[in-house]
Amino acid sequence: MIHVIAFYLFAVMTIGSGAITILSRNPVHSVLWLILAFFNAAGLMILVGAEFIAMLLVIVYVGAVAVLFLFVVMMLDIDFAELRAGFVKNFPFGMLIAVVLLAEMVLGIGAYKAGALQLGTPDGTAAQPLGTSNIEAIGALLYSRYLFLFEAAGIILLVAMIGAIVLTHRQRGDTRGQKISKQIARRPDEATVNVKPEVGKGVSL
Amino acid sequence: MIGIEHYVVVSSILFVLGVLGIFLNRKNVIVILMAIELILLAVNINLVAFSAFLHDLTGQIFAMFVLTVAAGEAAVGLAILVIYFRGRGTIAVDDVNRMKG
Repeated sequence: MIHVIAFYLFAVMTIGSGAITILSRNPVHSVLWLILAFFNAAGLMILVGAEFIAMLLVIVYVGAVAVLFLFVVMMLDIDFAELRAGFVKNFPFGMLIAVVLLAEMVLGIGAYKAGALQLGTPDGTAAQPLGTSNIEAIGALLYSRYLFLFEAAGIILLVAMIGAIVLTHRQRGDTRGQKISKQIARRPDEATVNVKPEVGKGVSL
Repeated sequence: MIGIEHYVVVSSILFVLGVLGIFLNRKNVIVILMAIELILLAVNINLVAFSAFLHDLTGQIFAMFVLTVAAGEAAVGLAILVIYFRGRGTIAVDDVNRMKG
């Protein structure tokens, strides 16, 4: 019983906050509702026993992506009222597309419930072994069967990081940065030295 | 009892909300990016639900890869948004065709 109540709570909260995310006037509110949607989706995943993905969702989305969104929304000085101009005009067409899409999906789910769709049956090679936790089983699978895909995911993240840095980095004229080539090309004979000459002897330059 | 159909219904509603968000906020790139995140979240719920109900962990592994791509996409998309704003002072998507070259 508690399982059913928890499912409906999380499901309604996920869908409701997702709806407010796209309908909200202020993008900052949108981001906050998006965070709530992610939290509730993580709850849905906990309910089916996928703890690792749920925690990953909270850490990656709420901890990184949503904060990134918040930073950008707050950093850019944007007139959001102007950007909302086409909202009413686009509403009927958007609703039409959404209703058609939803009808197609309901049809698909109906076909599945009627038994017209054959889902492949898992061969058991990726089943969770008895007595292991979800995280243990995923780790074992990730570092054996999906090792190369896992490394490819790492490369994707690296490329995304480098891309974001290259895109947003700009040379600013008013700062005094470190000039490494000049530092390396420096010779002792062109350096400033500290000498203590005796009085009246002068210094050799 | 909660079956897989419940999860599929939730994820398809969330997916349609994401598509609707793209149509409703055609000018605001930030909300469009958030709508794409909603779509990817719906896909993740679907993958995880099928993975759990079929007792096969592959779906959860792929949900992780979807998460990776979503994070990279958000980072690069927001970086493009920042330089676009720097150059033009607005983020209205209507003028994006001036970005040529």
